[in-house]
Parts: sequence; structure tokens; C-alpha cells
Amino acid sequence: MDGRDPVTLRLTHVSAALGGHQILHDVTLEIVPGELVALVGPNGAGKTTLLSVMAGDIEPTDGEAVLDGTRLRGWKVAALARERAVLPQEQRLAFGFRVVDVVRMGRAPWARLPEEDLDDVVVADSMERTDVLTLAERSFPTLSGGEKARTSFSRVLAQQTPLVLLDEPTAALDIRHQEQVLAQARRLAADGHAVVAVLHDLTVAAAHADRICVLANGRLHADGAPRDVITPEILAEVYGHPVDVIDHASRLVVLPHLITHTEESSCAPVLS
Amino acid sequence: MTATLVSRAGTAVRPAPSLPRRHPVRATALFVVLGVGLVLLTVYAAGRGQLAIPAHEVWGSILHRIGLDRGTLPTHPQGDNTLWQVRFPRIALAIVVGAALSTAGALMQGVFGNPLAEPSVVGVSTGAAFAAAIVIVFQIQLIGSWTVALFAFVGGLVTTLLVYALSRADGRTEVVTLVLTGIAVNAVCAAGLALMIFLGDTQEREQIVFWQLGSLNGSRWQHVGVVAPLVVVGLAGAMLMARRLDVLALGDRAARHVGIDVERLRLVAIVLVALLTAAAVSFAGIIAFVGLVVPHLIRMLVGPGHRVLVPASALAGAVLLLLADLIARTAMTGADLPIGMLTSLVGGPFFFWLLRRTRRTAGGWA
Repeated sequence: MDGRDPVTLRLTHVSAALGGHQILHDVTLEIVPGELVALVGPNGAGKTTLLSVMAGDIEPTDGEAVLDGTRLRGWKVAALARERAVLPQEQRLAFGFRVVDVVRMGRAPWARLPEEDLDDVVVADSMERTDVLTLAERSFPTLSGGEKARTSFSRVLAQQTPLVLLDEPTAALDIRHQEQVLAQARRLAADGHAVVAVLHDLTVAAAHADRICVLANGRLHADGAPRDVITPEILAEVYGHPVDVIDHASRLVVLPHLITHTEESSCAPVLS
Repeated sequence: MTATLVSRAGTAVRPAPSLPRRHPVRATALFVVLGVGLVLLTVYAAGRGQLAIPAHEVWGSILHRIGLDRGTLPTHPQGDNTLWQVRFPRIALAIVVGAALSTAGALMQGVFGNPLAEPSVVGVSTGAAFAAAIVIVFQIQLIGSWTVALFAFVGGLVTTLLVYALSRADGRTEVVTLVLTGIAVNAVCAAGLALMIFLGDTQEREQIVFWQLGSLNGSRWQHVGVVAPLVVVGLAGAMLMARRLDVLALGDRAARHVGIDVERLRLVAIVLVALLTAAAVSFAGIIAFVGLVVPHLIRMLVGPGHRVLVPASALAGAVLLLLADLIARTAMTGADLPIGMLTSLVGGPFFFWLLRRTRRTAGGWA
């Protein structure tokens, strides 16, 4: 070890507000290299806000967010872009750039640096990994939602940052591309990057994440290995709905109870 | 950190799949066609007018001026004078003003992330015109012939900042907000302009009205001397930020995520837009829609990348305005039509078409 802080991103007692509303309360969290961390929680729990704090988009109203030993607000925009990449939830583009041009935009932070020489190789490699090479010449605005999401993910890979933040990377994807994107996210973690992904599907989160953080009402409700966190008790409390957690071929499957008109009142969580 | 470096290096070692080639041929062809077109049009336009001068005599005159004693000089006794006192200054002004308007349009569209942004549409031209009218009516003489340009610049800058602040929400500028803001800003600036016309005497009124219509009539080398340096600065600045402007298409937040200092980039771009608009408006008046039509056509030909878009738009704008001015002064014998009227005649319907198209592709008025 070279004496550097082994923690990539450290949030201590972070609170944050959006438009005057307090969204996050007292979140303390560490993100380390080599880990894929899933952020889960019900709608409005503050997942995207937490990711924005990690990205340096939102300044905490309280507590501090420290990346590589320096407070996030102290980072220069360009230097920060060489440390963390962000996949946004929405994919927009003002003009009809080609897919390959969009992926190339991920290389912007490396302009006029020695790494610039790798641009073509890195861009091609990122596109291959996300299966968008065949779309290279297509105009971005004409793509489907899933194709846009993969192109943007490709751009994030091309940025080659130690910290990678993904906001619902699989929302618009079919099963094959969902597994492909998450496999790439896992591979990033295995290569020593720190990866944080907001995920909606708890089964998917349990299958791919090394660690799961459960947010509820702006607070960190649980933080740990999937088997410790994905339990009927925790999920029922957080989501306000009973679920079963099934162990299938050593993978966890989360099954919400069906709402039937006859037994609306009985909602005791059961572990099968 | 070490692991990260390994992965960075690791990517380089993998056999790389090949990327699709860029299209330098297409861009080069466009530049060649526009460049040749500009030269030919210059020679042709210089020969047209009340006193017709054959093209080879125009060539001869140009060659003699640059010290080459070749070709025939104009045979008409007033030929050489007409060319160098009247026609060439006007042609030169048409070229720099056309380049300024198109570059300003391309820059503004890049900054707003909206293909409908253009100095005249959003009221920046009117703002610059209003400020310049103040100079005319109150006969302000601060720095000689630069005074009008200075005031036009300040007026343009204030209106650009205003439109920007008013039409922005959540880091984006929506089409509807931008166009409606433009209407409001245009209305207020037009009222100010009306007030100046009301306050002015007959001669000043004539000057302002003539100028509201947009015209290159009465261009002098002195005007070119003021406008050209401003256009060079604006164009150079736009070229320097071309690559960062591309990234701005991702939206404010994502652009920041890839290391673009969005606020600073945008501020510099807005100053450049005001500078270019002021340069165009100072002596030629309001010539609308050039900045809208030209960059759009260029984008359709060579794509939206600003490194090609900006210089190609400047060149195409020069060609277009030169052509429009040629029509303005030769379409009706003995009459010099206002060029602003011509560009609006073509630009208005184009704007409408673009509006409909944007609405369709954006899936509503988002």
C-alpha cells in the first residue's frame, strides 16, 4: 500500500436537499475499489440524489463527501472527470451526433494528455463491450431507448475512471443487454474500479452486487452483503409490502406477494 | 489505484476492433466547393450593376491591385473606381457580415443545445439595433466609427444574457420557452427602437429605418475595417471551443461529468455571440435568419461536429449573403432592395418548417 486512503469515496453524515426539501438524512457510506455496490429502495427514497452527491452535482447541506482524500467540491471539473464517470438516467442529445462520436465524448477529460493517444483503442473497446459497434454510424437521436442507454454506458466506459456511477443502467434494456451491462459493471469492479449502480430490480441487484445499500426515506436503512440485506423482514419494512425471498440455484429471487381482494389485511412476511 | 492502472493499460493491449472511419472527404469537398464558389461569386458580383464590367476585366483589376501586371483593366473610365470604391467594399462587407451571422447562429445553437436559437429569432439582433439607434439619435461620439459597434455589442450582450437567463430551466432550454422568450425580448427591444425613431429627426429616422430593414448599401472600406477584426476574433474563439461545444450537446450535467466547465464555456460563447452579432448589425442592420438557415444546412451535409460546422457555416454564410446582396441590388433596375427583407422572405418559411420538424422529432413541445 502506498499510504493512500484505500477508500475511493467516503460519505460522512451526509444530508442533502433538493429545491428546499430535505432528501437525504445523515448518510454514512464508504465506496471501495473492487466492489459493485447496488443502491436500492422504494421510489422517492433518495437514490438518485445520493448518486448526485457522489457525482459532485449536489453539495451536501451537512456532512462531507470526500473523493480520494479531497472534498468533492474542491475538485476541478476536468480532474474530477478523470476520477468518476456518471451514467445518467435520461439519455438526451441536442444534435444528431453519430454513436461513435457520442462514445468519443467520454474521452473529453483526457484531451491534451498522454492518454489521448489511446482514444481510438479505448473507444472501439468500449463500444465492443456494450455491443454498439454495429450502431457506430447511426445518429444517436434515432436510436431506441435501450440502444441509447448502451451507447451512454459505452461513453462512461470510455472515460476510464476509478469511480463509476450508474443511475438505473438497466431500466430500458432487454434481458440480454441487461445481463451484458451488469456483467460489464462487475468486470469493472473486478478490474479494481469502484462501481455504484442504482437498481430497481432486487433480484438483479442480489445477483450482481457485492454489496447492497437499502435507502428508505432518505436514510441508509441497511448496508451489507446481498444475503444479509435481501431478507423478507428488511424488504417488507422498507417497501411496505410483503415479499418472499427464494433461494434458487444459490441465487436469491425476490417475489412480492400478490395483492388479492380477500386477504388484504394479512401481510405477514414469510420466508419460504 | 494500481488495479485501475492495470485495467487502463489492459484495454490498450486487447486487439482493438476497428472504428468506422471519419468522413474528411466530405468536409473537404464542402470547403472546396464553398471556397471556389465564393471566389467566382465575388468576381461575378463585382461585374454586375448599373455599370457592367466583364469578368476578365474584374480579374485584371484585382491582379493589378495585388501588383501583378496581367490581364485587362476595366475599359470604362469609371470602371476601376466603381470596383474599388463601391463594389468591393460592399462585397467584402457582405462576406464578413454573412460569416459573422452564421457563426453567431452556430455558436448560439450549440450553447442553447437548440437548433432554433438564432440572434434575430431570440431578439439579440433587435437588442443590438436598439443600442445602436441610441448612438444615432443622441449622436454619441465615444470612439469614432467604433461607437456604433461598441453600443451594438453591449446591447447584444445584455439581450443574450437576458434570453439565456429567462429561457433556461433545469439545465436545458426548451423550444417553446426559447421561442416565446424571443417574442417577449423582441417586443421590448422593438419598443425601444420605436422610441428612438420617435425621438429622432428626419435624417436620423431614415437612418434607423433603413437599418432596421437591413442593407449593405453605402458600405465603405472603413466599415469593413471595423467589422472584419471582430469577425476574425469571434471565429477564432468559436474554433477554439469547437470540441467542447460538441460535448455540450449531452446537456449541462453530463457535459460537466466529462470535465467541461459548462458555466465558463457558456459565458465565453455568449460574449462571442454578442460580438459577432454586433459586428454584423453595426453597419448592415438587421439581417435575419442567416444564422438559422446556414448552420442547419451544413449540419445536414456534414453532421453536427463544431470543428467542421463552425468554419463551414462561416464560409457558407459569406456565400449566401453575397448572393442575397447581389439579388438585392440587381433584381430591380434602379432599386436597391433591403437585404434583410430578402433573407426574412426565405428564412421565415424555413423557420416554420424547422419548428414543425423539431416538434415532430422531439415528440411534442419538449
